[in-house]
Amino acid sequence: MTIKQRTGAGIGRDKSRPYKYIGAPLPKVDAYAKVTGRALYADDIMLPRMLYGRLLRSPHPHARIISIDTRNAMELPGVLAVITGEDLPQRFGILPSSQDEYALAIDKVRYVGDPVAAVAALDPDILDEAIKLIHVEYEILPALMSIDEALAHPEVKINDEARIGNIHKAVSYEFGDVDGGFAEADYVREDWLFYEGNNHAPIEAHACVANWEPHPNDPVGGKLTLWSSTQTPHYVHRELSKVLGLPQSHVRVIAPNVGGGFGGKSDPFSHEICAAELSRRTSRPVKITCTREEVFLIHRGRHPVKMWIKTGVKRDGTLTAMHFRSFLDGGAYGSYGIATTYYTGALQTVTYKLPSYKFEGMRLFTNKPPCGPKRGHGTTQPRYAVEVHLDKIAHDLDIDPVELRRRNLIEPDTRAINGLRITSCALGECLDAVVERSGWNEFHTSSSDQSSIGADVSRPTPIYRPSLEGMENDSHSSIKRGLGIAASSYICGAGKPIYWNDLPHSAVQIRLDRGGGITVYCGATDIGQGSTSILAYIVAEELGVPPEHIHLETADTTLTPVDLGSYSSRVTFMAGNAAIAAARKLKEQLFELASEQLQVPVENLEAAECLIYAENDPGVALPFVKAVQLTEARYGALVAAGSYAPPEGIHGDYKGAGVGPSPAYSYSACVAQVAVDIETGEVVVEKLWLAHDVGQSINPLLVAGQVEGGAYMGYGEAMMEQQVFRKGRHKIPSLLDYKLPTTLDTPEIETILIEIPDREGPYGGKEAGQGPLNPVIPAIANAVFDAVGVRIDETPITSDKVLKALRAELPGARSVQHPHVEPTEAPSPWPTRLIAWQPTEMSLIGKDGV
Amino acid sequence: MRELITLHVNGERHELAVLLHHTLLEVLREDLGLIGTKHGCELGECGACTVLIDGLPVLSCLTLPVEVQGSEITTIEGLEENGKLHPLQETFAELGAAQCGYCTPGILLSGVALLREHPHPTLEQTKEALAGNLCRCTGYTKIYEAVDAAAERLHAAGGVS
Repeated sequence: MTIKQRTGAGIGRDKSRPYKYIGAPLPKVDAYAKVTGRALYADDIMLPRMLYGRLLRSPHPHARIISIDTRNAMELPGVLAVITGEDLPQRFGILPSSQDEYALAIDKVRYVGDPVAAVAALDPDILDEAIKLIHVEYEILPALMSIDEALAHPEVKINDEARIGNIHKAVSYEFGDVDGGFAEADYVREDWLFYEGNNHAPIEAHACVANWEPHPNDPVGGKLTLWSSTQTPHYVHRELSKVLGLPQSHVRVIAPNVGGGFGGKSDPFSHEICAAELSRRTSRPVKITCTREEVFLIHRGRHPVKMWIKTGVKRDGTLTAMHFRSFLDGGAYGSYGIATTYYTGALQTVTYKLPSYKFEGMRLFTNKPPCGPKRGHGTTQPRYAVEVHLDKIAHDLDIDPVELRRRNLIEPDTRAINGLRITSCALGECLDAVVERSGWNEFHTSSSDQSSIGADVSRPTPIYRPSLEGMENDSHSSIKRGLGIAASSYICGAGKPIYWNDLPHSAVQIRLDRGGGITVYCGATDIGQGSTSILAYIVAEELGVPPEHIHLETADTTLTPVDLGSYSSRVTFMAGNAAIAAARKLKEQLFELASEQLQVPVENLEAAECLIYAENDPGVALPFVKAVQLTEARYGALVAAGSYAPPEGIHGDYKGAGVGPSPAYSYSACVAQVAVDIETGEVVVEKLWLAHDVGQSINPLLVAGQVEGGAYMGYGEAMMEQQVFRKGRHKIPSLLDYKLPTTLDTPEIETILIEIPDREGPYGGKEAGQGPLNPVIPAIANAVFDAVGVRIDETPITSDKVLKALRAELPGARSVQHPHVEPTEAPSPWPTRLIAWQPTEMSLIGKDGV
Repeated sequence: MRELITLHVNGERHELAVLLHHTLLEVLREDLGLIGTKHGCELGECGACTVLIDGLPVLSCLTLPVEVQGSEITTIEGLEENGKLHPLQETFAELGAAQCGYCTPGILLSGVALLREHPHPTLEQTKEALAGNLCRCTGYTKIYEAVDAAAERLHAAGGVS
């Protein structure tokens, strides 16, 4: 890991002194619990008299439910409750605009895995029997298993939410003068690409324990607590309350340690609602732990997306116009899909300067598990398409792919053509760093005669690259090496909440105890990224006490103030700023008393090492605990809260402008080195160089961990991971058959952190959880082309596709392996109203949205 | 049907009446409360349930308790000695090798077995030893660093643990 810094002004950089804890490679506050097996995850929770629950799921991709007979299951000794759809008839869903799910199917099932009934029993062995005893009679309906089938058969209506046929959502936007932009171009190129869907596959399967505590005098009969492996306890709280008909005051949702999420635990789920209802019916705790197969079936993973892209450029590579179309395979329900659809178009404008841009997107319902958000939510697929497409343009124009990107970089403190506000941007520095570290220029200089571009290099010419250790392409070897590059950007938190309102997105409360104890309360949910530790470091920095002294209560809708959840890479930025605000309120009170006691002006005081002291005479000091006592004596109990909401006016004023804005954007660049065996088509990704513009690391170990994890996951998506189906069923719902990278596959990863503080981020910090994944996939795709001269225009880039492309090109021109899903004729006209919008001073400040 | 069996876990002797078809993973977690052993698939695919049986890493989800009655079973809870962490636990915590932490117990046990066999493992040996333990968070990079750092600490302490 390398860190390249430039100082600047971020929130909190109020003094010239170096930070004590911010930027230090400290262990996470929960690290010792995790390495000793003490950390409790949802499935580890066992309560007295606890029952076990399980869902019966549909074996058909599309069928009408004729009848459900649960009598035999109910009569089985040890079964305490069986419920079906009519017991929980209230619809729900993560988005207010997609309330299309039932906890248990009513009338119809829409994918293999759609839950139909739920059972609670004394132990899992009885559940096995009980599930078999539920008899469901189905009438089989035709199943639509792809984007094209969904478009071709509007008469088979999968989901009533679809307005036209199976089109769940269609959007159409034009920003700037697109026709003029293409007219101005010297060169225009079009491409079709396909990005395959894939699953998050967190190692912890989803699990929850519900505990209903009846109370005869309570008007609703009792209170419910749910412990769940969720990234979004706040939204689970909302939806549980809605479906169970309980006031939110009577529902408590707690996320214990979460064993990985990556977006897959961001929806409210049937198993959570069913566990709660089974607990209410039995007045006993109920645990439901999903099997690995169920994790693949409940899914909410990466949408398969077909993309068409057309770009105009000047002869020097300057972009003049882009037209982008996306077709998303949404699966059977809405989930986050409307937002995903917008995200496939929204962020094209914040990486490179686009003077004009047209975006048309649509999401189709299909009879597959619902797709939703996965790390990079909706931006990963278009980023792959754009970066591969630009690479082709660079080769067409004989411009170095790095240079083409440099010529089009978005500038800091600007507005994108679709109205998004950009503050800090260090993408140029990221590109420089990966180019330098990977030896990009040396590699391509030494190989430029043979391997870059040209008409007659269809069959990879034997290349010898003399100066690069380990990179020699031996003329007798079948192994050919190549480097590819890509860049990207990502949001530091969604600028708008899922339910539009004026409330804070994140809040932190801090309580000081007269014994010197500090307790931090925040709804932020640690899914492994370290959000709890980030809160500790920030409060430690502000109050001058070591992080280990701080007690943390997080992700508990009863105890902690709201944080919207661990999605959209929002937590460090938003909860971090809320923590700074809360800590500074307490610091102000403590310093007031310390100033009086020490006879030192407040502005000359510092807090560190559990002392408050004069900055120019550290001997003049008051112990932190003494300061707390003096302050409590004057003001009473010491509690302070801080909250954060993103600024207004960071987006345009058109309908749909609410997806894409963020208080800041992170930037990343990646170079991939691959070795391709032209005899077998095998691609080995040997190394990834990944530079990430994080603004300021709160903890560089954690940031590097996020970058490395993103690189790993991007590698998996590029090379092997795919959620695929056969005859309506998931083809490979196990970790043996669903290929994901092991230690033996994963390439070496070199991380470079670029630290140029953002003026609104906490201490200048920006996100790291999602953005670094995005450039990895196109960098690998471009490297394969660099190595052997063939394009695989779909993911994953498997050996059979590479071999097919290599063979297809013999002996003629270089080959493109087209997406296996045949391009659809774009519907004409696009089935929604076009919104044309120009950025002007007046149009940038608005509150209208999705 | 239940049968009385005796298991030796983390130096403790336990007499248990277990259902014969229940796996060692289920018995460790549900009968003995050793929830540090995790389950990610229950089909022998992910490695999260790895424990040591007579010092060798074994998937507890594919092991029946009756098969290991005479063996010494070590779970994550048994790695600390006299309140002191194993050096690999220390380096995992210090170097950020545990993110969500769910695969961590299994990887630590595979790692401890590796360090006993190869006190100074090469990267290839480490990759080979951990190839059966899936991690979705780290990209494995920090895990390798932690293994190397633990090897150095064990060497400096004058022996294997």
